[in-house]
Amino acid sequence: MPTESKGIQLDHQVILDLVDQQSSVLDLGCGTGDLLYLLIKEKKVSGQGIEIDDQAIYKCVAKGLNVFHGDIDSGLAEFSDKSFDYVVLNQSMQQILHVDKVLTDALRVGKKVIVGFPNFAYYKSRLQMFFQGRSPVTASLPYQWYETPNLHFLSISDFKDYCRVKKINIERSVCIGERRKIPFLPNLFGQTGIFLISK
Amino acid sequence: MIKEKINPANSVGVVKTQSFTFESLKLESGEKFGPVTLAYETYGVLNKEKSNAVLIVHALSGDAHAAGVHEGSNDLGWWDSFIGPGKAFDTEKYFVICSNILGGCKGSTGPSSINPKTNKPYALDFPLISINDIVNAQRHLITHLGIEKLLSVVGGSMGGQQVLSWLANHADIIHSAIPIATTIKHSPQQIAFNEVGRQAIMADAHWKSGNYYDGPFPLKGLAVARMIGHITYMSDSSMAEKFGRQKKGGAEPFKFTADFEVEGYLRYRGDNFVKRFDANSYLYITKAMDNFDASGGRPFSEVLRGIKAKVMVISFKSDWLYPAYQSKEIVKACKLAGIATTYCEIDSNYGHDAFLLEVEEETHLIKHFLKKIFYAYEVTGAYGE
Repeated sequence: MPTESKGIQLDHQVILDLVDQQSSVLDLGCGTGDLLYLLIKEKKVSGQGIEIDDQAIYKCVAKGLNVFHGDIDSGLAEFSDKSFDYVVLNQSMQQILHVDKVLTDALRVGKKVIVGFPNFAYYKSRLQMFFQGRSPVTASLPYQWYETPNLHFLSISDFKDYCRVKKINIERSVCIGERRKIPFLPNLFGQTGIFLISK
Repeated sequence: MIKEKINPANSVGVVKTQSFTFESLKLESGEKFGPVTLAYETYGVLNKEKSNAVLIVHALSGDAHAAGVHEGSNDLGWWDSFIGPGKAFDTEKYFVICSNILGGCKGSTGPSSINPKTNKPYALDFPLISINDIVNAQRHLITHLGIEKLLSVVGGSMGGQQVLSWLANHADIIHSAIPIATTIKHSPQQIAFNEVGRQAIMADAHWKSGNYYDGPFPLKGLAVARMIGHITYMSDSSMAEKFGRQKKGGAEPFKFTADFEVEGYLRYRGDNFVKRFDANSYLYITKAMDNFDASGGRPFSEVLRGIKAKVMVISFKSDWLYPAYQSKEIVKACKLAGIATTYCEIDSNYGHDAFLLEVEEETHLIKHFLKKIFYAYEVTGAYGE
């Protein structure tokens, strides 16, 4: 089981534990490349990132990463089937315009797909909605409604439903709070859901 | 003598163009052509392992003088801001080579060179050459310099076409390639602009089917060709920023003089260009660019399959002559071929000229990419970064 390394974000640690040694990883929306960097250093994966923000690209290149400048919605189509062992969408899925299309494509391009997303049904969100009548602002959903990059708001249960309807296998699912994994009532107490799925 | 313009801390200083001649080159057309001379410059020192050599390939009007100054001159090389101690191509670390292309007119064999059979300039007896021929000639030079494998081949625009030719045909002897603001093959629009340039030259009465070397030269035609070129190298917004609708002082009304700043600029550029460039070279080289297809008719991804070299593709947002979609085509082929690739579209206003001007962003990308190739690491950290 995972060894808690110091300084590694919890979601990154969870994903690190899901990925096999020396596999190949495509990170969609890799940002400044911290996760990809970690996967290459710790798991010796061969990694490729896709990122829309040019300043983030410069940081990726400084780390030595291979990264494409482009958007996720159009970036996947050009890869052939099963080009990667894993396609990762960590904290990027909820910002994609056509999620269903991208996930379908990600499951084509990758043998397995790892998604990590903020849980909209986290109990603090529910409390804010219920008692304050306001759209929730939490640690994993830190934006005001008028400035959020998130296009989709889903819960852990929503995602499980989606996988069932689309006949996607959930191989592993891990829900995390601020500091630890949440084994109990994840849709209520989990801030972030991380799923390993395959078709 | 080093002039004021030179900053000794990061300049390669005074340099000299050298030349290398070899017997013959088998052209893509099947013809054997020779002898071939290439003018070239080098900066930095080739290390003992001969593993630090970077080849810089130039664009249409470029030459071997990429960095530093020549003795008694103030003119910096065309990519001086990228080549020197601490710069993108750090000459403390890398051995940088830049050669003038076959077909050129700056010391390499081209249409204005003397044909040894006739003792007159080749003019249109010069064979039709291709980008692949240009690259094959460079390969002779690289061998001559004792280099078995290049750390990288880098170039923008037509230089980028040469980079793609290296990648498609000589990938086994390069560790990496950086094609900048370029394309697998020219679009009809790119061919069209080149054709207008060629027509301007050929419409000049002094061109005389290329036989003008005993003078006068088709300077007007060549200047117009260059003016068209310069329009395509800039963007709408960079022109607006640089010239606005500013009028020049002293222009006479209704005489079709250069009223606007932009007109004066184009005329100045055109007039300057003819002092240093040969009209026939312009014809031959633009044809080579138009005819080039790095994929050789196959999907480019198939050409690239199995290649070990790493690739970094760079494009610029406002470049409408070599638009970003063309660079993305290269990236797409790399993706399909499974090549480790980095792609960045730099946010720039300068149009196609950006590859010469966006020093900071390009330097960042090139510096880190080259370092990774040179030290053969996957990510930083292994070398105390």
